[in-house]
Amino acid sequence: MWDFTDDKPIYLQLTEQMCLRIANGTYKPGDKFPSVRDIATEAGVNPNTVQRAFAELERSGIVCAQRTAGRFITEDCDMIYKLRENLAKEHADNYLKKMASLGYSRNEAADFLSKVKEEL
Amino acid sequence: MSIIVEARDLTKHYGSDIAVDHLDLTLEKGQIIGLLGPNGSGKTTFIKMINGLLTPTSGMILINGEKPGVNSKKVISYLPERCALPDWMRINDLVKMYCDFFADFNKDKARTMLADLHLDEKKNYKTLSKGNREKVQLILCMAREAELYCLDEPIGGVDPAARDYILRTILQNYNEEAAVLISTHLIQDVESTLDRALFLKEGTLVLNDTVDNIREQRGKSVDALFREVFAC
Repeated sequence: MWDFTDDKPIYLQLTEQMCLRIANGTYKPGDKFPSVRDIATEAGVNPNTVQRAFAELERSGIVCAQRTAGRFITEDCDMIYKLRENLAKEHADNYLKKMASLGYSRNEAADFLSKVKEEL
Repeated sequence: MSIIVEARDLTKHYGSDIAVDHLDLTLEKGQIIGLLGPNGSGKTTFIKMINGLLTPTSGMILINGEKPGVNSKKVISYLPERCALPDWMRINDLVKMYCDFFADFNKDKARTMLADLHLDEKKNYKTLSKGNREKVQLILCMAREAELYCLDEPIGGVDPAARDYILRTILQNYNEEAAVLISTHLIQDVESTLDRALFLKEGTLVLNDTVDNIREQRGKSVDALFREVFAC
């Protein structure tokens, strides 16, 4: 499912959601990437917007265009590993910020996380 | 990209009422454009001038560089705000009629869409519900291989599931050689399918920008901006 919020450009949200799918293995290294039309219809998004999101992914090297064959996800597993780590860092950063707004120090927030993990 | 519609200083008066007020605007092929504005802002008048159903009071409107006429009607597929089909016909008769009228009509495409929306071709148009009539009209309109689709309030009367299908159909039919102009109040539903949003206010253009630019620069959706610009 593709969901879009109101506060950000749609092409950025598409790029983020595609990165997530590459990072979590929904799209695998070396796989062919869906076409513009497929994503546009599936997500209910304008094809030019999808094109723009693809251009972002190509620029970062996560996806490579091959002339007539379409687009492929990079086989560079290091790159995908880094992408995944960066996304995880964003989540961790958000967590720390939210905990800080509740008055938790960084150490307290980390301890809290281990405590919750054990309880679950 | 090439220009399909060009309005130069386009103005339309109804008596002392001004419906469209010195409008300068170009529409390019390969775009899906939302024509947005409150009731009475001139959306339908503008669309009718594109289709040659109204003549401008002053200024001009050009389709592929020519005034509306035989050539423009060949390349524009128009969905009027209200029904213009003969209601005594059956759906398959309407399909035949469109086949006869428009060289660019793709019968197979129409048949597929009718089947997808569970519309029985043998049924009389008159016996259909309001929403189903709208679907038939829209299918006939979208089954043409036109250069410009003018859709005046295409999704107002249909249920949300059919609305999604219709928007997906518009996206599937998208090609670089055609432009789609959609007038609607249901901005939230169409926002992600649009390249560009035009805001009409009392016959003048108050905004003409891409959806992503609007979101990027203002940090809000087109729908939210519309509510702000046209707050009552």
